[in-house]
Amino acid sequence: MTQFAPRPILPKLIGERIKRREDPRLIQGRATYVDDIKIPGMLHLAFKRSDIAHGRIVSIDTGAAASMPGVELVVTGAELKEFLPPMPIGTPFPSPDHYSVAPDTVRYQGEPVAVVVASDRYLARDAADAIIVEYDPLPAVIDPEQATLGLPAVIHPAFENNLAVPFVPGGTGVDAVAGTVDNSAIDKAFAEADFVLSQRMMNHRLAPSPIEPRGVVAHYEPGKDSLTIWSSTQNPHILKTFIAALTGTPDNQVRAIAPEVGGGFGCKINIYGEDYVAAALSKRLGKPLKWIEDRSEAFQATIHGRDIIGYVDIAGKNDGTVTGLKVKLLADIGAYNMILTAAIPTLTMLMLNGTYNIPAIRAELTEVFTNKTPTDAYRGAGRPEGTYFVERAMDMVARHLKMDPAELKRKNFIQPEQFPFATQMGAVYDSGDYAKALDLALKNANWEGLKAERDQMRRGGRIVGLGLAFYVEVCGLGPSSSLPTGGWEYSSVTVERSGKITATTGASPHGQGNETTFAQMLGEQFGIALEDVTILHGDTAVVKQGIGTFGSRSQAVGGTALMMAGDKVKAKMAKFAASMMNENEEMDTSPENVEFANGMITVKGSPGLAKSFAEVASFAYVPVPLPPGLEPGLSDQAFFEPTNNTYPFGCHISMLEIDRDTGEPRLLKLVAVDDCGTVINPLIVEGQIHGGLAQGIGQAMIEEVVYDSDGQLVTGSFMDYAMPRAADFPRFELDNTVTPSPVNPLGAKGVGEAGTLGSTPCIVNAAVDALAEFGVTHVDMMLRPEKLWKIINGGQQ
Amino acid sequence: MTTDIPIQIVINGKVHNDVVEPRLLLVHYLRENLGLTGTHVGCDTTQCGACTVMIDGHSAKSCTIFAVQADGSNITSIEGLAPEGGLHPLQEGFWEEHGLQCGYCTPGMIMAGVDLLQENSNPSEDEIREGISGNFCRCTGYQHIVNAIQYAAKKG
Repeated sequence: MTQFAPRPILPKLIGERIKRREDPRLIQGRATYVDDIKIPGMLHLAFKRSDIAHGRIVSIDTGAAASMPGVELVVTGAELKEFLPPMPIGTPFPSPDHYSVAPDTVRYQGEPVAVVVASDRYLARDAADAIIVEYDPLPAVIDPEQATLGLPAVIHPAFENNLAVPFVPGGTGVDAVAGTVDNSAIDKAFAEADFVLSQRMMNHRLAPSPIEPRGVVAHYEPGKDSLTIWSSTQNPHILKTFIAALTGTPDNQVRAIAPEVGGGFGCKINIYGEDYVAAALSKRLGKPLKWIEDRSEAFQATIHGRDIIGYVDIAGKNDGTVTGLKVKLLADIGAYNMILTAAIPTLTMLMLNGTYNIPAIRAELTEVFTNKTPTDAYRGAGRPEGTYFVERAMDMVARHLKMDPAELKRKNFIQPEQFPFATQMGAVYDSGDYAKALDLALKNANWEGLKAERDQMRRGGRIVGLGLAFYVEVCGLGPSSSLPTGGWEYSSVTVERSGKITATTGASPHGQGNETTFAQMLGEQFGIALEDVTILHGDTAVVKQGIGTFGSRSQAVGGTALMMAGDKVKAKMAKFAASMMNENEEMDTSPENVEFANGMITVKGSPGLAKSFAEVASFAYVPVPLPPGLEPGLSDQAFFEPTNNTYPFGCHISMLEIDRDTGEPRLLKLVAVDDCGTVINPLIVEGQIHGGLAQGIGQAMIEEVVYDSDGQLVTGSFMDYAMPRAADFPRFELDNTVTPSPVNPLGAKGVGEAGTLGSTPCIVNAAVDALAEFGVTHVDMMLRPEKLWKIINGGQQ
Repeated sequence: MTTDIPIQIVINGKVHNDVVEPRLLLVHYLRENLGLTGTHVGCDTTQCGACTVMIDGHSAKSCTIFAVQADGSNITSIEGLAPEGGLHPLQEGFWEEHGLQCGYCTPGMIMAGVDLLQENSNPSEDEIREGISGNFCRCTGYQHIVNAIQYAAKKG
């Protein structure tokens, strides 16, 4: 038995505000994003894109482009179709063929029609510009309501009236398996109601706009018949799977790498045409190829978010009890289905219960094709839309009954003892204590005082309103029944010979800080220093399997997989340690009795019986004698699939002023209380909430993708699309409650998207409160000053 | 074809003599010709500020300047902001205050912060928010960036 000098007590890691381990390379300009990758002999791609929204391609003249010095290849969509099949999608809905490059018909402005390969990026762009395309224009389908009538055209012949998903019912009385619909409960709720309020609400189109645009480098090595693809992606393993399938390369010969990724917000879940083209042409030419998206291309060709109309009817009693909700949803999904396009509005439908115990809810979902950029997951992905419709409706009820919205919501909350709560929409909420979060938000905002302040300002002639919104979202995406890619995550943990730890995770981050939070977890689990843990990610050759980072799942699902892999290694390490210490037969050296702390492994209650962590690690790789029943080494892996999603929630309160002379809105205050379950690193969680709030407030107040009636994208650059700037926001006031999730051992729920949920209804509720003096009961986002000015001056919005 | 033009630029203390295409953007000269990839490109209309560097002591967007226009100037990019092995107070502030997530806007944002504190060593929160309004960040909601600049201002 060896005696050791006392060791310093290592600081607690979980729950601490620890600064990020990712940052040194990022703040010094030493990180490697996809555009920073150079391979000898690398050629560059540029795409020729449609400048009209809808039309048949009559001819493409590539002659001038192909003859330019330095141009290696020019390929049209029709030529690519010969060796590149249509792009796969990840949802079970019927879908029209969608080729990486349009072979005969263009269906949105910016759809690629041809591609150039050249020796230099400037030259590739010159050559793409030299391609001449003649179109036979077709009428552009822009208005989603008209589109459902087949007007002014049908975009895909097999989809009558442009209906991608037609009139799918959900909620109370709907049995999707049996295919039956029973209207008795919903009809009764509305028939017996004291009031019914109705409102059409628009949740408009947005451009995700990570500051790093998309990009890809594809490198096919003929000698090895292998393909390596670097892409600015949120999910390299899914990228690998899809690229392998579409290019006809065995998946064990494809390596996908997500290098440093400059933000995703959902839009980098997708595998895009440019990725497939780069891979296929690299394979054809046997040379490395790079494509980097311009910002103007990003506006046209990276998926857009949201764009869904809700026709909402809400029924209730005069005491404030909400008894029924009907929502017809019409989603404008643009020209094609991308990987998750059709599924996003189903999440809107799923979350129509909000945080309320509404006894009868009926929804109906329709998705329609238009001549616009396809939509797909954008931060929140379906849930902010559902939250917006419910929270606006609840606010309308409060206004109708002249009740405080906080009290109306409280009256209808699902109660803590009702969890797990099976909703009318088919979700099972895992845990929640909504009143607790509401109370904290009211206290932090000084709700009564704030109301007095608002009234005081109004007396001074100012147009001021308060908004309050609650939210619940579905996060931690899994189990596999809820995610077509598989609803699990993968991790491996290796204790190296030195006693340092190397771990891998399939939850490939792009700003979320998992290198820090996951190291915090393993450091605490093994009782070693944070600095002694390295987290690897984003390379399918290093991380054996994975799903990716989206749907606020990396901590709840990926973090649990990490912990499980860690537990396996720890149990084995305890056995090695026990075998090393088993000199005194009297002592209980069973693994359960072995403790890991402060770089030491000790037997509980016997501080003298100890080995250093590094010493045991070293022994495990040269185990003489090898303990019976043990293999050498300390490395293991785990797949974790939760039994259910997680349902984080929170309450946001805002104060908004509208300038009487200009109609310009200004956010004066935003108080948020969020509950994402167990928190590993509060600093990182705050950052996630700030970012989500900024995107939600951006949507409510200034951001909007606009097409004109010909399908021309009016907001095609940052000159016209209003990205929020620092001066657009007040200082956000955050707080949190902690209601652990029972569906994973960490109790974590997820926080990446939370900020986008409460913020849009919170802001619009405040705007409606401000404009109530003008008889306003609803105003659509975004809060364009011109629209507000017209209301103030007696006009229609 | 246009004729390539000789330029001489001091970048991060080193003199570079090159012959470049007249239309070559400064940001591409830095990134492609010199391999200084810490300076990023986030848009094509001079809005986002990811490409911000210091030119002759002031922040400038290197996507809106041709390399030939920078002939004779003295440029500092993120790689040269602090002496090797050290951190500039702004870099330190961004690390301490979690002023970044994906990191893509960060080098440009730090340069905007350097310029701001040069002009006003003790800015108010509103002045900071106004001062960095030429730079977009999509991740942070800016609050931790404001904190980072306040940290650097306090450090002096």
